Amino acid sequence: MDILVCIKQVPDTSKVEVDPVTGVLKRDGVDSKMNPYDLYALETALRIKEQQGGLVKVITMGPPQAKEVIKEAYMMGADEGTLITDRKFAGADVLATSYTISQGVRKMGGFDLILCGKQTTDGDTAQVGPEMGEYLGIPHITNVLKIIDIKEKSMIVEMDMPDTIEVAEIQFPCLITVEKDIFQPRLPSYKRKLTAKDKEIRILTINDLDDKDEMKYGLNGSPTQVERIFPPSVNKDREIWTGTGDKLSLQMASKLRELKFI
Amino acid sequence: MGKLVCNQEKVNESNIDELLKVCPFGAIEYTDGKVQVNAGCKMCKICVNKGPAGVMEFFETQTQKVDKNLWKGIAVYVDHVEGNIHPVTMELIGKAKELASVVDFPVYCVFIGHNIKDKAEELLHYGVDEVFVYDYKELKDFRIETYTAAMEDFINKVKPSSILVGATTTGRSLAPRVATRFKTGLTADCTILEMKENTDLVQIRPAFGGNIMAQIICPNTRPQMATVRYKIMNAPKRQSYSNGTITVCKLEAKKLKSQIEVLTVTKKKVEENISDAEVIIAVGRAIKSEKDMVMVQDLADLLHAQIAGTRPLVESGLIPAKKQIGLSGRTVKPKLIIALGISGAVQFVAGMNHSDRIFAINKDENASIFQTAHYGIVGDIYEIVPQLINKIKCAGAV
Ligand SMILES: Cc1cc2nc3c(=O)[nH]c(=O)nc-3n(C[C@H](O)[C@H](O)[C@H](O)COP(=O)(O)OP(=O)(O)OC[C@H]3O[C@@H](n4cnc5c(N)ncnc54)[C@H](O)[C@@H]3O)c2cc1C
Ligand SMILES: Nc1ncnc2c1ncn2[C@@H]1O[C@H](COP(=O)(O)O)[C@@H](O)[C@H]1O
Repeated sequence: MDILVCIKQVPDTSKVEVDPVTGVLKRDGVDSKMNPYDLYALETALRIKEQQGGLVKVITMGPPQAKEVIKEAYMMGADEGTLITDRKFAGADVLATSYTISQGVRKMGGFDLILCGKQTTDGDTAQVGPEMGEYLGIPHITNVLKIIDIKEKSMIVEMDMPDTIEVAEIQFPCLITVEKDIFQPRLPSYKRKLTAKDKEIRILTINDLDDKDEMKYGLNGSPTQVERIFPPSVNKDREIWTGTGDKLSLQMASKLRELKFI
Repeated sequence: MGKLVCNQEKVNESNIDELLKVCPFGAIEYTDGKVQVNAGCKMCKICVNKGPAGVMEFFETQTQKVDKNLWKGIAVYVDHVEGNIHPVTMELIGKAKELASVVDFPVYCVFIGHNIKDKAEELLHYGVDEVFVYDYKELKDFRIETYTAAMEDFINKVKPSSILVGATTTGRSLAPRVATRFKTGLTADCTILEMKENTDLVQIRPAFGGNIMAQIICPNTRPQMATVRYKIMNAPKRQSYSNGTITVCKLEAKKLKSQIEVLTVTKKKVEENISDAEVIIAVGRAIKSEKDMVMVQDLADLLHAQIAGTRPLVESGLIPAKKQIGLSGRTVKPKLIIALGISGAVQFVAGMNHSDRIFAINKDENASIFQTAHYGIVGDIYEIVPQLINKIKCAGAV
């Protein structure tokens, strides 16, 4: 069984700061890492492979340095990796991103199962998976909590719904996005680290894709536009209290009493 | 649509560093004396607006424009399980009515399921003009192909200008699929929605993983689509009368086929849900260990509050994931929330700034939580909270 996992390189978000004067993000020396939610997708793929055989391939779209996440995936046990990168992909929104990745997927060959993380920590839309499912013309299930059974032509999964947990059977080929905690991701292995260094990473640019129409990629292929960015609004109706702990706790207690919370 | 162009002749030793640094995504590269923009670019145009003057420019390119006059009305997807309508639906109806009044549009609902016709009646009491119902036994459970097919049919038939979808697990699965079928834009987890006179939907959400809001539009395609979380918008009051109509729609048999079969549906255990809490004590990274949680629990007990927190506290295991407030957690709108040692990142604030009364204790007087809190208390939680607990207890004894 061939499984594809979509992984993304994201900034190590805990370090992102905003310049209080200009409102511009400061990302000096911010490290990048694999989107933490994608680790769960990759782990799921590796577990299925251990049980069923086959290959685990990974794909990522991003700038040239996104190669690093593929190496990370190799260290966990992925068999093949592809990076789709091109300057023409600049400014891609969810629709253009999903289209680009699905074009890359078509180049990589047929898959029984495509796995995505639940969401990314930078884009945070949880939309790329379902949009790829549509572009590839395969069914999808999101928020998978558990894999109950893998059969010849289908799999049975448990999914998280607003008020219910549902068990469903889905035919291959299909795409699923997995919840955090479906499996505990393994640590990269040191033995693999050595071989991962030299392992080939396939690079695809727009010229390698079936659809080379530049209007479908990057900003041109993105229906949404960022009109402006601005700092969040300030609550005008506010008070600031300073003083000793004794004074402040008293002030707080009386306000809570006045508001009838105590 | 458009592209970024670098005026290479304006790049020099003195401004190149500034240019490279201004990009929050590290998407500007300088190689062999040439500036290039790589695939990391999010087209936020910060380099144009805040970078060295005149170096980066943005050029619009002509694109095919849709005829916006052909797309009318604002539609709300009715989120439900077996006919039990999720309350986010009413909140979106409320917002849709506000948006619709700007451009004099009708408000529609699209309701997909089985044996739901009588439930559709209820929606009319919230001021919906027309409910489009797809009622088939194959639509009993949410399955992606059949629900997308129904949405597709609805959009082709009604041509709504905008569609609002609740950001529940179902909504977040369905909306992207539908948006892709129509090659249109979808903005996730909007916190503010506004309507322009030209019917463009202004979609605002925290973005780029920083303390910043992005205003997003979808000017060249229709329908425009947005998801919104529960408890962000306000539901209108239920009226005793109703004026709208219910239209039952047909779907061809082949569109009711699916590769998915739902085997069992189990109701989740009803658990304490912070979205429904009236009083919340929210804790942030000032809390270092399990033993610090004792005083938090004491305070929570006294105020009959639920305890919730920021993402770092979930990551460190001090509070369960379901108790995370914020963009990637839950949205809350309690009568009272007390934030203890929380810096006030936009992603956190987005999940709680509609609360009635916000108290925040933080020892850093510049913490951004003080921009949101009604009562900002500059001080150390380890000093104030124990004293507050004592004072409340004493008052109770009197
Ligand atoms: C895409 C994305 C989505 C995100 N989603 C969420 C989300 O849903 N929810 C969320 O919470 N975060 C989210 N985050 C993370 C968010 O950006 C912040 O990193 C996080 O909210 C910060 O948590 P904090 O305030 O607890 O920690 P910190 O930012 O470290 O703040 C701790 C605060 O405590 C104060 N303090 C320390 N000691 C004391 C003391 N003794 N007394 C009083 N004050 C003290 C400090 O002055 C400081 O202001 C998201 C980030 C990204 C990029
Ligand atoms: N640039 C990308 N390259 C590869 N996979 C991606 C990319 N962006 C998103 N994904 C996949 O889609 C999931 C959801 O991402 P998002 O919609 O950004 O929250 C991620 O967990 C990844 O599995």
